[in-house]
Amino acid sequence: MNDLSVPVLPRGVRRHFDKVRGVPVLLGPERVLMLDEIGCAILDHVDGVSTIDEISTKLADIYAAPKEDVSTDVSDFLTDLGNKKLLDATHG
Amino acid sequence: MVNPPLAMLAELTHRCPLSCPYCSNPQELTQKDRELTTAEWTDIFAQAADLGVLQLHLSGGEPASRTDIVELTSAAQKAGLYTNLITSGIGLTRRRLEALQDVGLDHIQLSVQGVTAQIADRIGGYKGGFERKMHVADHIAEMGFPLTLNAVMHRENLDDLPATIEMALRLGARRIEVACVQFQGWALQNRSALQPSRDQVIAAKKTVRDARMRFEGEMVIDFVPPDYYSDFPKACMNGWGSTGVNITPDGTVLPCHAAETIPGLHFERVTDKPLKEIWYDGEAFNAYRGTDWMPELCQSCERRDIDFGGCRCQAMAVLNNASATDPVCTKSPGRAVLDALLEQEVQPEIMPELVYRKL
Repeated sequence: MNDLSVPVLPRGVRRHFDKVRGVPVLLGPERVLMLDEIGCAILDHVDGVSTIDEISTKLADIYAAPKEDVSTDVSDFLTDLGNKKLLDATHG
Repeated sequence: MVNPPLAMLAELTHRCPLSCPYCSNPQELTQKDRELTTAEWTDIFAQAADLGVLQLHLSGGEPASRTDIVELTSAAQKAGLYTNLITSGIGLTRRRLEALQDVGLDHIQLSVQGVTAQIADRIGGYKGGFERKMHVADHIAEMGFPLTLNAVMHRENLDDLPATIEMALRLGARRIEVACVQFQGWALQNRSALQPSRDQVIAAKKTVRDARMRFEGEMVIDFVPPDYYSDFPKACMNGWGSTGVNITPDGTVLPCHAAETIPGLHFERVTDKPLKEIWYDGEAFNAYRGTDWMPELCQSCERRDIDFGGCRCQAMAVLNNASATDPVCTKSPGRAVLDALLEQEVQPEIMPELVYRKL
């Protein structure tokens, strides 16, 4: 996965709002991942079209934060999901 | 504080075309005429979602033996549950798979008994089963269903682990669960025939380590080791009554699927009482919840909140005392009993025959 990869949630992985615990979660096979605000913001932009670089640019803009910092967060988060097979990415 | 459960294992039926010698279902199986109806399961799924369950595992026996499996899956989806079908594949035609896809089944977990027809059919006790399973696996791959391969490993097939991992990749699985047999239920009476040797276990751990590095990002490899060879017990059920709940084919609500082997516990049925009441107030759920029940050895242990004293059913099976520390634990006085069993069973003078299970 690199800046030009396009991340996408694969079939079998989906977002869900856990009403009982009051938290957004990501559900996959044998996996429940509680999502924080940053995780949700990143996944909001995982649309199967945008590259990791484009996602970072948009988020840096929205949160008025330095793009380098945002890029690191985005890349770490998505790489971790990829290693857990909760995310696919086309090679950039 | 008691948290709501995250996962439910719904044992829809004990019927199964296979007769695996390591079957984890209880010694006494529930007959078909005592199975819950479609409407009863539908109600349970709704109750489960309201209680906080996020993941539902449709299991058995063979869940595809239920003629209403598509309706049940649909009911689970409508309740908002992430739905996983745990199956041997036998009984799943292309048409049924398409119907399951249409109602939104999230994921399939396909069990494999071996990498060749010879061993798989021998272990499953079902001639032609391997070929049918491979056929189903092809459909699953063609349809793009997310797939986990569940490989149950033991003395007879643990040496085939590298080939098993390759098979999972070939079938397009995103995840493989290398599940070494845990000795509960029917498996207990085949323990001597199924227990791998220490050398096999060491080799398997290395295979898993190497494969995890090699296939990172390509396939997730989960490994359940044969726990008799571990120094510390497994965190069984992630702690009794903390995370998961099981429903048997007749609606009995259990803290784990072997819980009925513990004498003196009283189990309630979801047809008699709301699931929520059973989860929070049921006597069986509170029997080993938290840490109060633990022997001093576990209470004062730094691993208390890591493995929760291990498996109650194993303490029962090996030590005849469900409140004892899991005998796997090296600190436990019960460890000597387990070591004696291992020594006696791993190198038996005469290799025992497998005892197959039939309904």
